[in-house]
Amino acid sequence: MMEFLDIFLNESFWAASLRIATPLIFGVMGALVCERAGVLNLGIEGIFVVGAMTGWMAVWMGAPLWGGVAAAALSGAFFGLLHAILTVPLGLSQHVSGLGITLLATSAASFVYRTALPRVDSPPRIIPFKPLDIPVLSDIPFFGPVLFQQTALTWLALLVVAVVWWVMARTPLGVALKAVGDNPDAVAAQGLSVYRLRIGAVVAGSALMALGGAFLTMSAFDAFFFGMVNGRGWICIALVIFASWQPGKALLGALLFGMFDALQVRLQTQAGAIVPSQIFLMAPYVLSILALVFVARRADYPRALLKPWFKGQR
Amino acid sequence: MKKPIILKLAGLTKRFGTVLAADAIDLTLYKGEVLALLGENGAGKTTLMNMLFGQYTPDSGHVEVCVNGAMQRLPAGQPQAAIDAGIGMVHQHFTLAENLTALDNIVLGSEPLFSFRRHLQKARRKIEPLMQGAGLIAPLNERVGTLSVGERQRVEILKALYRDARVLVLDEPTAVLTPQEADSLFASLRHMVDRGLSVIFISHKLHEVLAFSDRIAVLRHGRKVGEMQTADADRGKIAALMVGEEISPPPREHVTPGNQVFSLHNVTVRRDSTRDSLNDVSLCLRAGEIVGIAGVSGNGQSALAQVISGLTQPDSGSLAVAGQPLHRPTPKTMIKSHVGRIPEDRHHDGIISAMTVAENLIIERLDDDLVQHRGFLRHAAIDANAERLCRAYDVRGPGIHARAGLLSGGNIQKLILARVLEQHPQVILANQPTRGLDFGAAGEVGQRLLEARKRGAGVILISEDLDEILTLSDRIMVMHDGQLTETTSRDRAAIGLLMTGHGHSQTHDPAPETTPGVQI
Repeated sequence: MMEFLDIFLNESFWAASLRIATPLIFGVMGALVCERAGVLNLGIEGIFVVGAMTGWMAVWMGAPLWGGVAAAALSGAFFGLLHAILTVPLGLSQHVSGLGITLLATSAASFVYRTALPRVDSPPRIIPFKPLDIPVLSDIPFFGPVLFQQTALTWLALLVVAVVWWVMARTPLGVALKAVGDNPDAVAAQGLSVYRLRIGAVVAGSALMALGGAFLTMSAFDAFFFGMVNGRGWICIALVIFASWQPGKALLGALLFGMFDALQVRLQTQAGAIVPSQIFLMAPYVLSILALVFVARRADYPRALLKPWFKGQR
Repeated sequence: MKKPIILKLAGLTKRFGTVLAADAIDLTLYKGEVLALLGENGAGKTTLMNMLFGQYTPDSGHVEVCVNGAMQRLPAGQPQAAIDAGIGMVHQHFTLAENLTALDNIVLGSEPLFSFRRHLQKARRKIEPLMQGAGLIAPLNERVGTLSVGERQRVEILKALYRDARVLVLDEPTAVLTPQEADSLFASLRHMVDRGLSVIFISHKLHEVLAFSDRIAVLRHGRKVGEMQTADADRGKIAALMVGEEISPPPREHVTPGNQVFSLHNVTVRRDSTRDSLNDVSLCLRAGEIVGIAGVSGNGQSALAQVISGLTQPDSGSLAVAGQPLHRPTPKTMIKSHVGRIPEDRHHDGIISAMTVAENLIIERLDDDLVQHRGFLRHAAIDANAERLCRAYDVRGPGIHARAGLLSGGNIQKLILARVLEQHPQVILANQPTRGLDFGAAGEVGQRLLEARKRGAGVILISEDLDEILTLSDRIMVMHDGQLTETTSRDRAAIGLLMTGHGHSQTHDPAPETTPGVQI
């Protein structure tokens, strides 16, 4: 029992939680922006893969690290634009289009990888983002290692949360996005363009999702592997519902998931002899399903989510 | 005194597929007047106004607005241009985002999107005098989802006024309001009109048009068929213009009632709400008669209809069809016992809108040999059946293989009538059969019910429309608070008193006087 408590007292547990949560924070913010505008983006899983591949490959081909981040965001925006065109002006099923984007983006990443590196057994490594190690601040006990020894991308993720929150709560753009996800007719009747708002939201949200992928290859690891995204995109879709489309709660959800995952690793090493490790691997998912069961029943869905809107039709 | 022209529609035309929704309509609006746009459902009123507001792009024609004393042409298909020109529109279905506050909805679209922060205090300072001035009080900080219908409508109007609307278009503004809310809306509007606002007011309720407008334009089948000063208008003339012909009540032949075909004995249904409860209801229906059940909706009519359809089992009491008592009836046993149902919510309960017209016509008789053979559908027979019924009952639409949901309300009702009456039911339950239908379609429904009566069917007609009850019924019963009372009176006031729960109240609202035979 004491050992169990020790896990929570150890600063490395909290640092790991935040690290594991980072890609989810990007992804959940991206999904939140899309869904607030009324478009479900199930392309998220594939966009993660593409972002991971693009960021890493750009750096491997000589771009600076931030250049890689920008390339990843652009690749996400590109697939986002594709999803937006299919679902917004053309009004196709958001489920079908999103799953198609995931399949297409994953295969495209695989294709580019194999074309660029036809015969390698293990992918070339890059020099990833390093922990920031801010003087003085990093030396604060507990908070230093947890907060101030993270990489720049983790900080970027936290900044994204603040920006998304500010835009949604405090700016005319955020009000218009929330309105277009609730009743597009209201937006059209006030002279705003439903299409532009929705396309813009999906493109921006998809760029954020791709950053989540880029974190994996450029910060958590130093190379691209197939299967490294491993369902993180789907987790983000669930987390947005858990968060009831609120940025603050979405951050909390991502951190909780990060904690479950970090806990799982530590429990495995401590209790692995008694309980099969697979049980611990399942734990974060089981816990998120349970959290969803209790929270999602009260979820306040954007009313126009999944509903296409066409100009001149009521 | 000639008022200046503020708005002019010139030759606006719009075609949807093969339907000409608006055919070269000209309309002029003067400053400070209320122009009523009258017409039946589908006459083209809403289409016309959506073109004015830029939500539809007209096929031809244009809109001119007076800006600083000169007429200017509006670019087609741009709501923003209409808003900038001072045109405000209050849609029949509110265009409000329910997850935003009233204030956010009013301000939405009026501030530059990409600004770092919002200037809500400034907006509030502009809205508050507008609310006070017009008596349009709405809670600005509440989320619209929590507001009442009347409050939402006020938010809609404030939205237009906030954008400095000089012309306000109201599409059936009273359709969702209680009479009190409607009165206060008209008072507010009159107040604003006196201060120079011009109003176009769409309605199909004659009495409010006569009471509130200065001038009337009548549309029919996408054309403007008449225009007059309200002072010179009279009810009968306008009604005839709207319908295109004088409507005469359907002929009622004398039919001697036959044997009892349906009965309820002391049926009680206990539920939480009055709407779904019945309190010791007895009813006896004979062949060849129509029993009209009047009453304000929500007094147990739904429960009665559900019991007769077999959807609800009574807690106590019994029902019998053709003298045979039925134990624990289900919808299927009711259909088998030749009880035909015309449901209240025809879109929701009457048809399956995603299925075709032909499929909807056979949905109640899937095990019939006409429809299937050893478990396989007989498509040729089904199509032939649909062709025949659509012709016989005049169901108009894009064809028998089109989705039933694409039909207009009147045609959906005809489809349901065709399906029900074709089975020659002994008992017909018609629940609000003409609600929301225009004169023509409503007349046809009444005609069909009278034909069924002549054939020897018993009809239970549940309606809120007292005129309809009086025209069609042989006997009248009144529903109030889950109880059914028979009345021999044909007097509106007496029936109205029963509808309010006789004795509880000495005052009542008599239904507005109408031209005989025309139901408005």
